[in-house]
Amino acid sequence: MTAPTDWLAIDWILAAIGGWIAIGAAGVLRPHNFYIVARVLFPLGAALCLLVAVAAAAALFAGTETAVLPLGLPGLPFHLRLDALSAFFLMLLGTASAGISVFAAGYFRKGEGTPPGVLCLLYHLFLAGMAMVLLADDAYVFMVMWELMALASFFLVTANHTIPAIRRAGYLYLLIAHVGALAILLAFGVLQADTGDYTFDNMRAQALSPFWASVAFLLAFFGFGAKAGFLPLHVWLPEAHPAAPSPVSALMSGVMLKTAIYGLLRVGFEILPTQYAWWGVLALAVGLVTALFGVVFAAIQTDMKRLLAYSSIENIGLLAVGIGLALLFTGYGMPSLAALSLTAVLYHALNHAFFKSLLFLGTGAVLHATGERNLGKLGGLLRHMPWVGWLALVGALAAAGLPPLNGFVSEWLLLQSFLFTLGLPGTFINNLVPVVAAGVALVAALGGYVMVKFFGIIFLGQPREPRLASSHDAARWERVGLVWLAVGCVALGLLPAQVIALIDPVTRVLVGEGIGPQVASQGWLFLAPVSAERASYSPLLFLLLVAASFALSFVLVRRLYHGRLRRAAPWDCGFPLLNARMQDTAEGFGQPIRQVFEPFFRIDRQLPSPFDRQPSYRMEAGDHLWHWLYLPVARASDGVSRLVGRLQQGRISTYLMYSFVTLLVMLLLVFR
Amino acid sequence: MTVYSFVAQLLAVLIAVAGAPLLTGWINQCRAWLQNKSAPPLLLPYRTLHKLFWKESVVADGASPLFRAAPYIVFGAMVLACGIVPSLSTDLPLAAAADAIALVGLFALARVFISLAAMDIGTAFGTLGARREMLVGFLAEPALLMVLFTAAFITQSTSLANIVETISGQEFAIYPSLAFAGVAFAMVSLAENARVPVDNPATHLELTMIHEAMILEYSGRHLALIEWAASLKLFAYSSIGLAIFFPWGIAHVHEPVGMLLALPVLVAKLAIGGAALALIETLSAKMRIFRVPEFLAGAFLLAVIGILVHFLLGA
Amino acid sequence: MPGLVTQLINLFAALLLLLSFGLLAQRRVLSLIHLFTLQGLTLTASTTAMAFFTGQPHLYWSAAITLALKVLLMPWLLHRMIERLNVRWDVETLINIPATMLIGIVLVIFAFNLAAPISGLSASVARGTLGIALACVLLSFLMMITRTKAIPQVIGFLAMENALFFAATSATYGMPMVVELGIALDVLVALIILGVFMFQIREQFDSLDIRHLEQLKED
Repeated sequence: MTAPTDWLAIDWILAAIGGWIAIGAAGVLRPHNFYIVARVLFPLGAALCLLVAVAAAAALFAGTETAVLPLGLPGLPFHLRLDALSAFFLMLLGTASAGISVFAAGYFRKGEGTPPGVLCLLYHLFLAGMAMVLLADDAYVFMVMWELMALASFFLVTANHTIPAIRRAGYLYLLIAHVGALAILLAFGVLQADTGDYTFDNMRAQALSPFWASVAFLLAFFGFGAKAGFLPLHVWLPEAHPAAPSPVSALMSGVMLKTAIYGLLRVGFEILPTQYAWWGVLALAVGLVTALFGVVFAAIQTDMKRLLAYSSIENIGLLAVGIGLALLFTGYGMPSLAALSLTAVLYHALNHAFFKSLLFLGTGAVLHATGERNLGKLGGLLRHMPWVGWLALVGALAAAGLPPLNGFVSEWLLLQSFLFTLGLPGTFINNLVPVVAAGVALVAALGGYVMVKFFGIIFLGQPREPRLASSHDAARWERVGLVWLAVGCVALGLLPAQVIALIDPVTRVLVGEGIGPQVASQGWLFLAPVSAERASYSPLLFLLLVAASFALSFVLVRRLYHGRLRRAAPWDCGFPLLNARMQDTAEGFGQPIRQVFEPFFRIDRQLPSPFDRQPSYRMEAGDHLWHWLYLPVARASDGVSRLVGRLQQGRISTYLMYSFVTLLVMLLLVFR
Repeated sequence: MTVYSFVAQLLAVLIAVAGAPLLTGWINQCRAWLQNKSAPPLLLPYRTLHKLFWKESVVADGASPLFRAAPYIVFGAMVLACGIVPSLSTDLPLAAAADAIALVGLFALARVFISLAAMDIGTAFGTLGARREMLVGFLAEPALLMVLFTAAFITQSTSLANIVETISGQEFAIYPSLAFAGVAFAMVSLAENARVPVDNPATHLELTMIHEAMILEYSGRHLALIEWAASLKLFAYSSIGLAIFFPWGIAHVHEPVGMLLALPVLVAKLAIGGAALALIETLSAKMRIFRVPEFLAGAFLLAVIGILVHFLLGA
Repeated sequence: MPGLVTQLINLFAALLLLLSFGLLAQRRVLSLIHLFTLQGLTLTASTTAMAFFTGQPHLYWSAAITLALKVLLMPWLLHRMIERLNVRWDVETLINIPATMLIGIVLVIFAFNLAAPISGLSASVARGTLGIALACVLLSFLMMITRTKAIPQVIGFLAMENALFFAATSATYGMPMVVELGIALDVLVALIILGVFMFQIREQFDSLDIRHLEQLKED
């Protein structure tokens, strides 16, 4: 054992993972001791997250490091590898979960179903599982850790297992996670091409025929897509994310979905030697449909966490669009343009981890303070919960993709990479691309709509319930976590050149080129990925100029005129009896989208009749795919199970006859 | 950055800030003439702003700091937008801070802040206005982006200064894709600047308002800033339209003297554009609110077809 | 940079596509007729330009016929029909207008892709516009399919003929004079017959909604 000063980055990360497992075990020792779990164990976990982040950032610029752990089965040790791709995602994991863990330190209170100690164990096992997935260098440890990740998150999702809706959500989540895991396993099976060696190094050395390479890619796309939430395997996301406690939702949405993207990038770009353009077209189509679906559904939700879950589906769709573009460029032999698209994808993954976690944690604080998830019962919370409110504003503006925050930078990069597609051969591709770019622009604009609805209905306006006046703001630990994530959003938005310097080694691993040197040549103030004449953007200058105009107009108005202000009742066009019911409800705010995009939804209406004693109106906007795809599949599997169930006759003589017939058949086969 | 660039930049911003209410006044005059009414004085918007700045600002009891800050943020965003769009000269150092996509983002920022401010007080009209503004915005923003993309595909750059230099620097050529983009841009401008047929800026009926409903609660200097920002937005949109579709007359980077010519050319172009806008407003009737998404979807799809035509014809 | 002729022809082609899309997006019958007239004007202008720049005198005759028929005679006939049928309605559609426009975009992409290799074979100065002409044909066909009243369908049929004419002039410098005269006469006769047909429908069903024609089947 070398001394800690000689440890490589991978050793530090493995130590941190071991530390997490130890913390989890310590939590189980005293499961009901809330104080130790919240004040000691979770902050320790957060510190280890930071350690992982720092070590990973250092490893981005060092070479590839490998390690072999003698865990696992004899003869099948764990092969681990820390290259730039893993390091980037580990950095994402570390920084985002540091904030989430600190928030969780203040969040888990007594009496919430599962005891806090058990939650601590599951949470840290979840973190450990995700980190090991990112480090895995052979299919065995990948699948074991993938399974650990799925199981730990399942138990976390069903933390409040007494509620049947939550149990159902957990079941659906586990089911789709396993369908995906099966596809990933099959993909690895194809990749190892009958050699029996499941290490990734062996898979990289295989030269698969285009047919088998495509089969492997499609299986991987399906499997990782199930975990990421591509259409049509997205149905678990809107159920599982709201059911879980908020820090867990943040972790799942912010980090776990990115491990699926990591897997897709690893298999699609790094393990498979050649990429074909039609893979890109598939990813573009699936990504665009997913993004549009997610954002349109998000706009009509009435539950704040379901809204954020659908918004996650939208962002995953955008990531898939970027990956599709990169595959398209690589397929046509343009690696530098693929590097631009991949930079956009990786940047957006990092951004999403920060702003989505921030928003989910904000909803957690709101849920704790008010006990309400329904948007129709919230409102005016900015006054009573200023910390949560203002930090959630940062998150909402970032999620809407507004400059100068981080969401805008990755969208900007993605749209820039669309502008280069003129060089692609083939008229069909040339025609497809403007349509997809238009779709991405539409999704981005709708994202703004969703975030205005989210922030406006929860934090602005008047409280829709009288007891909201007694909501308390976030506690100290929660504030630290929220501030950490908000600062991350701002920093990622204002310093894009530095972030791209971090992403450059990753794109070099994936496609062999990077836009880092070009960006660095423009200095730290401007972001010009190709050249300053083509496009340039400076978020710092942007912010400075808007702030300068703000300050100048403020001061000038006060000097030239005056700054008198008078408070009075709201004008409301002279209407004297203003009450909170007159504001828009969540359904009302989403109604224009529901009307414009009506074919997307399956609307179930119950209208009151003139003869009802107590007339009521009910409308449910559901998912078509549930009825077209999942219910028929469920019915079919039910039918098949029933058929097989006929074997269970209940009579001993029948069972003995089964054994007898099997024996006869085997004797026949053996003696042939 | 030379002295000339600095002067050009400063001049562009000052002319925009000072001249935007004049453009609004001109459009109101043209509209009155076309409707056979006696026109208000040309400098009336300035007097209105002066009057509003002098008045005391009355703010609702429940208003948060967001409500009070939003007018300044919106005003600042519009000033920056006018500073990026080449109206007099393409020698704008600030153009490196934000390209066409960032410009669209800037308009989106202003729209989001004003919608949030409208929802802040919690009146029915505020949330109505916010919802309708986001409805108009979610289709107008991608349409504008697609129009800018058409120009970007033609000139291989998203920097507006560069687009102007490329199009006006080459020999005169007719770009069919810009014909589509032009129609789409006209439709988007009408929607985003709250003009008939999308929204009536002179209406007093709250249920027919989109933009006006959002600013019902503002008074005094806040209202003045928002009205000024609306004029600036119209000025910015007009400048964008002139820059992409009629860029001749704008001074280039190494022509500081060209700015002397550029100013009267700009005034003439804006005067014609304003009269055309007044004509369109007079000839159209305001649409029902749910026809507006169809209108904007038409603009969006026209812009997409413009790009497709560009790919097909190479022009 | 392509020459002035090609640019001009491209511009007219773009205007034609714009007008076809505009026809698809209209809600009022009167504006449909105005747009159709504008289409005829664009066609006349483009044929005249082609005739001038490529020195083909018979295209001047084509332009004159187009002007007479499509800009003057047919819109006048349509106006008269509308007044006698006492019709000023809104256009009613089978699927809503945004969905129609989306399908329109898909058709445009399809037409562009189809035309790209074919236009390489043509020697005409305006061969890039074959795709646009094909797209206009498909869009007019779509208009005929998705409208439920008779007059918009007739206008769709006429617009389709416009687009075919444009395709002919752009790809092959126009058709032989005899063919053109024959087609022009056919279209005129078709319009008159359709007019008579519409009066018959109105008398039979008291409405011009073509869905009523579904009653005329064996049951």
